[in-house]
Amino acid sequence: MSAAPLLSAFRQSLFEAWASGAGVLLPLGFFAGTAAMVPFTLGSEAELLSRVGPGILWLALALSSMVTLERVFQADLQDGALDLWLQDTGSISLVAAIKTLTHWLVSGFPLVLLTPLIGFMLGVPTTKMIPAMIGYSMGGLIFFLWGGVAAALSASVARAGLLIALIALPLYVPALIFGVQMIDAGFNSPSFMLLSASTLFALGVAPAAMGAALRLAAE
Amino acid sequence: MNKSLLIQGRGLGAVRGERVLFREISITATPGDLILLRGANGSGKTTLLRQLAGLSEPQNGEIERAGLHHWIGHTNGLKAHATPESHLRHWGRVWGSEIDPTTLLKEMGLSRPAKVPSRMLSAGQKRRTALARLKLQSRPLWLLDEPFNALDTSGQALLADLITTHRATGGAVIAALHGAAAVEASSEVTL
Repeated sequence: MSAAPLLSAFRQSLFEAWASGAGVLLPLGFFAGTAAMVPFTLGSEAELLSRVGPGILWLALALSSMVTLERVFQADLQDGALDLWLQDTGSISLVAAIKTLTHWLVSGFPLVLLTPLIGFMLGVPTTKMIPAMIGYSMGGLIFFLWGGVAAALSASVARAGLLIALIALPLYVPALIFGVQMIDAGFNSPSFMLLSASTLFALGVAPAAMGAALRLAAE
Repeated sequence: MNKSLLIQGRGLGAVRGERVLFREISITATPGDLILLRGANGSGKTTLLRQLAGLSEPQNGEIERAGLHHWIGHTNGLKAHATPESHLRHWGRVWGSEIDPTTLLKEMGLSRPAKVPSRMLSAGQKRRTALARLKLQSRPLWLLDEPFNALDTSGQALLADLITTHRATGGAVIAALHGAAAVEASSEVTL
């Protein structure tokens, strides 16, 4: 399979995200909103906030990754584009992976860029900011990939949002555990290596799972 | 498999839940054929067509394919934000087609709405856009699900023309159809 179909899939997903307007910014608002509410619920003690801040951000990241996943594959199934992809490309798995990665790029990566601002608000120490951002990029990728599998599995279900959450959340747990630990432990730690391994595992396995689920959905 | 066969399905069957939709259907397409799938609503025309297209696995029987085919389902495959032009450009890139979408759109009578997002197009215009894919790349077999739906008189004549030309140049068409056919079929399969 040549790169042309994958590039076209990337281009189409980007265009869709662009054309759907503010829809892609929904996770961003959700992420910022959740994090901003923390001081109101836990109190504004600086010491407490800086201790729980990174963990809260991980939680916000995991939840906001699911906000727009529902439409990633459902629209393709409904408008018949999935049938065309299944016909005309060697690998639906690769196309699905590209679609999910594009989705991460427009809806997930901006969350990482927003981290310093919200981290500062929660009093996260500046020394922890870089490990936190690297961790969030990798964690976000893992969340979007497993979330993509859940979205593909529930593509034929109307209002699948809750179902996606139920399928995906258990798969998020390992990344959450290693991710929260690595912020304190730094790059030279088992947690960071395990987070990296989780990312590679998701990159390797999730596309195949998405492909199989989409084939089933089209049937 | 004989060289001139474009697709051959033997002993195909489909089950929906507890109900047998169809069984022991055999279908063979050679160059120049137009095979019509006939049957009442819910008799399994679309299911059979999807099996032939490889979109769904037959419960019984087997299918051999000689080459690529075009698929036009009753969903047109158009994204809500895509325009007829961007749709053809997109699939042209995926398939490595050299054909210029602008001339294609003109031939399909879509010059005017070429840059209108598909959610603002009429059903007939969307269908014409989908049908334009048939000319984007030359493929021997066309699988069409109710292709005349939503088309106006000139659109139907256009499609009938497309089918005739395709058959004359060594292609074959398998189409699910209700109502009278605008083109003469070489054979019919009744479900």
